[in-house]
Amino acid sequence: MTVGLEHYLFVSIVLFSLGLLGVLLRRNLLIIYMSLELMLNAANLALVAFSRFNNLLDGQVLVFFVITVAAAEVSVGLALIVALYRKRRTSHVEDLTSMRL
Amino acid sequence: MKDFAWLVLFLPLFSAVIIALFTRRDAQLSAQLSIGAVVASLFISGAIFIGLQGSLDLVKGLESTPFTWLRVGDLDVQFGLRLDPLSLLMILIVTGVGALIHIYSYGYMSGDPGFSRYFAGLSLFTFAMLGIVLANNFVMMFVFWELVGFSSYLLVGFWYERPAAADAAKKAFLTNRLGDFGFLLGIILLWATLGSVRFDQLQGMILKNPGVLGIWSSVGGLLIFCGAMGKSAQFPLHVWLPDAMEGPTPVSALIHAATMVAAGVYMLCRVFFLYAATPAWPPAFSFLQGINALQVIAWIGGGTALLAAVIAIQQNDIKRILAYSTLSQLGYMVMAVGLNGPSPAMYHLVTHAFFKALLFLGAGSVISALHHEQDIWKMGGLRSKMPWTYRTFLMGTLALCGLPPFSGFFSKDAILAAASQHSVGLFVLAALVAMLTTFYMFRLVFVAFLGKTNSEATAHAHESPRVMITPLLILAVPSLLAGLWGIGAFLERNFNPQATSESPNLMEEMFAPFGHSPLAAVVGLGAVIFGFSFAYALYANAVKDPIPQRFPALARALRNRFYFDEIYEKLISLTHEAVARLADWFDRWIIAGFAIRGIPGSVELFGRALRLIQTGNLQTYAFVFVLGVAVVLYAVLHH
Repeated sequence: MTVGLEHYLFVSIVLFSLGLLGVLLRRNLLIIYMSLELMLNAANLALVAFSRFNNLLDGQVLVFFVITVAAAEVSVGLALIVALYRKRRTSHVEDLTSMRL
Repeated sequence: MKDFAWLVLFLPLFSAVIIALFTRRDAQLSAQLSIGAVVASLFISGAIFIGLQGSLDLVKGLESTPFTWLRVGDLDVQFGLRLDPLSLLMILIVTGVGALIHIYSYGYMSGDPGFSRYFAGLSLFTFAMLGIVLANNFVMMFVFWELVGFSSYLLVGFWYERPAAADAAKKAFLTNRLGDFGFLLGIILLWATLGSVRFDQLQGMILKNPGVLGIWSSVGGLLIFCGAMGKSAQFPLHVWLPDAMEGPTPVSALIHAATMVAAGVYMLCRVFFLYAATPAWPPAFSFLQGINALQVIAWIGGGTALLAAVIAIQQNDIKRILAYSTLSQLGYMVMAVGLNGPSPAMYHLVTHAFFKALLFLGAGSVISALHHEQDIWKMGGLRSKMPWTYRTFLMGTLALCGLPPFSGFFSKDAILAAASQHSVGLFVLAALVAMLTTFYMFRLVFVAFLGKTNSEATAHAHESPRVMITPLLILAVPSLLAGLWGIGAFLERNFNPQATSESPNLMEEMFAPFGHSPLAAVVGLGAVIFGFSFAYALYANAVKDPIPQRFPALARALRNRFYFDEIYEKLISLTHEAVARLADWFDRWIIAGFAIRGIPGSVELFGRALRLIQTGNLQTYAFVFVLGVAVVLYAVLHH
C-alpha cells in the first residue's frame, strides 16, 4: 500500500479534531493548552504534506514560522497560566468567569 | 408726479411711528401729528388726482418706481404703487373720510387716557389701508391686508380692559385669519400657475388667453374671494363685524366706511380680471360644472345682504343697527361684483363710505351726548336736543335708503340695474333688501330722534361740540351730492377702456337712472316708499317695539342674530373636543405607549435575551468561535 496525500490529510484531520475536542471539553487550562498545540501541529502536518506532494517549499517555510510562533506563544501562555494560578489558586476554566458582567 | 404717491402712503406710517416712539406722553401733539399726516396725504392725493386727470394712460394704470422687496428663486416681488382711476378715487376716499374721522376723534376721544395710542392706531390703520389700495401686486396687497387686520385688532380692542372689547378684537382678528388663509392659498395658486403676482402681468395674461388658468380658474377665483369674505364680512364669516362695535365709535366709522370692510370689495374690483378667465373646475369638483365663481360670489353677497337686513330689524343698539346695515350694504356690493358689475360695486362703496361714515359719526355724537347710552329705546326726542346731529343723520339715512337725489340712490340703482339684467332672483332679493333697509333705518330715526324723551340721560342731552359737528356737516355734502359727480362713469373707465368719460350735464345725470333702466329705478323707489310706510305705521310715536308681541319666535331669533354665534361656538367646541380626544389618544398610546415605553422596553428585553449568551465560560466562546468559522468556511466554499 502506498501512502498518499489523503492519508496524511486524514491523520491531520484526526489530530485537529482531537485538539478541538480537547479545547472545547477539557476543564484544565494546561490540558486545553496542550490540545491547542495539537491543533497547531495538525495544521503543520497538513502543510508539510501539501509541500511534499506539490514539490514546493512554501509550505515547509510556513511550518517553520508556525513552530517559531508556537514556541513564543507557549512561553507567554504558560507564563499567563502560572500568573493566573498564583492569583486565583485554580486552573479550571469553570472557575474563571470574571469576564461575565 | 406719480412717485408722490409714496408720500401719500408713508405719511400716516411716519406719524404712527413718531407717536409710538416719541410723543406718547403729549396727547395734543400726537393728535395734531396724526391729523396733520392724514390731511397732508389727502392734499397730495388730491394733487395727484388732478395732475394725472389728463393723462391718457390712466386707463391702463401708471406704476410708480418699484423697488425689489423679495427675491426667492422664481419669485421676484417688486413693491410699487399702481395708479389708475380705481386706486386714485379710493385714496381720495380713504384719506378724505379718514381725515374727517381723525378730526372728529379729536373731540370724541378727548380726555381718554389712551389718546396718543388711539391716534397712533388710526394712523397705522390709514397707512395699511392705503397700502392695499395702492398695491401693484398680490404679495404687497397681502402684507398690507394683514396690517389692516392687525391695526383693526389694536383699535377694536382699544378699551382692552373691557373683556367684551378684548374678545371682539380677538374674534375680528381670528375670523379674518380664516378668510386670509384662503386668500393666501389663492395667491399661491395664481403664482404657481401663472408665475407672477403682479396685477398688470396677470391681467395681461388672462386677457390674452382666458383659458390660461386651466382647470384652476374657478377655484382660484373663489380662494381669492375668501379674503374678501373675511375682510368684507360676508356670510359665513360675517360674525366679527357686529362685535367690532365694541371699539370707539369713530373707529367703527373708519372700519365701516373707508377702511377694512371696503378692502374686500376693493380687492375684488382690483382683481376683477381674474373672473374673466374661462370658468373650469378640477375633476374633484366636477359636480359644480356650469356654475362659475361669479355666480357663487353674487349669491353669497345677496344672501348676506338679506340676512343682515333681516337681523337689523330687531336690533336695539344704535351702533349694531348700523353695523348690520353695513353688512347688508357690503353684501350688495359683493353681489354687484358677482353680477359682473365691478364699477357699480365701487360706486356704491364710495357713496356708502360717505353716508355710513356720516351715520356712524352721528351715532357717536348721540352716544357721547347720552354718556354712552346706546339703546335706541332709551333715546327718543333727540331731534330738538341735537338739531344738527339729527339733520345730518337724517341725510345719511336718506342716502342709505336710496332716495333721489341723495347719492345712495344712484349707486344702489346701478346695482339694481345690474341685477335686473342678470338674474331675476337676485333682483327681487335686492329690492327686498332695499325695502328692509329703509324700514330699519326709519325705525331707528323714529325711535331715537322723534317721539317722546324716554330717559333721564336723554332729557339732559345737548348738542356735541363743534369739532364733532363740523365733520358731520362736511360729510353730509357728498352724501347728498356724490351721485351727481359722475363717479360711476369715471370708474367705468377702469374696467371698460371704451367707455366715454364725458359726463352728462347735471339734469341728465339726475334722471339718468330712469332713462337707462326704468324698471330698476322705479322698483328701487317703490322699495323706499314701502319701507318707509311700514316703519311709519309701526314706529311713529311707538314707545315699545310692537314686533316681539306679534311675532315672538321671529323676534327672538332676530334678536339672537339667528344664533350664528351660538352655532359657531358649539361647532368650535365640538371640533375642539374631537381634536383634543384624538390628541389625547395619540399621546397616551403612540407617544407615551409606543415611543416612550415601547422602544426602551423592547431594547431592554433584547438585552436580557442577549445576556443569557454571555456566560463568561471560555469554552462556550471557543465553541461559538468554531461554529462561526465553520459557517464562514461553508459560505466561502459553497459560493
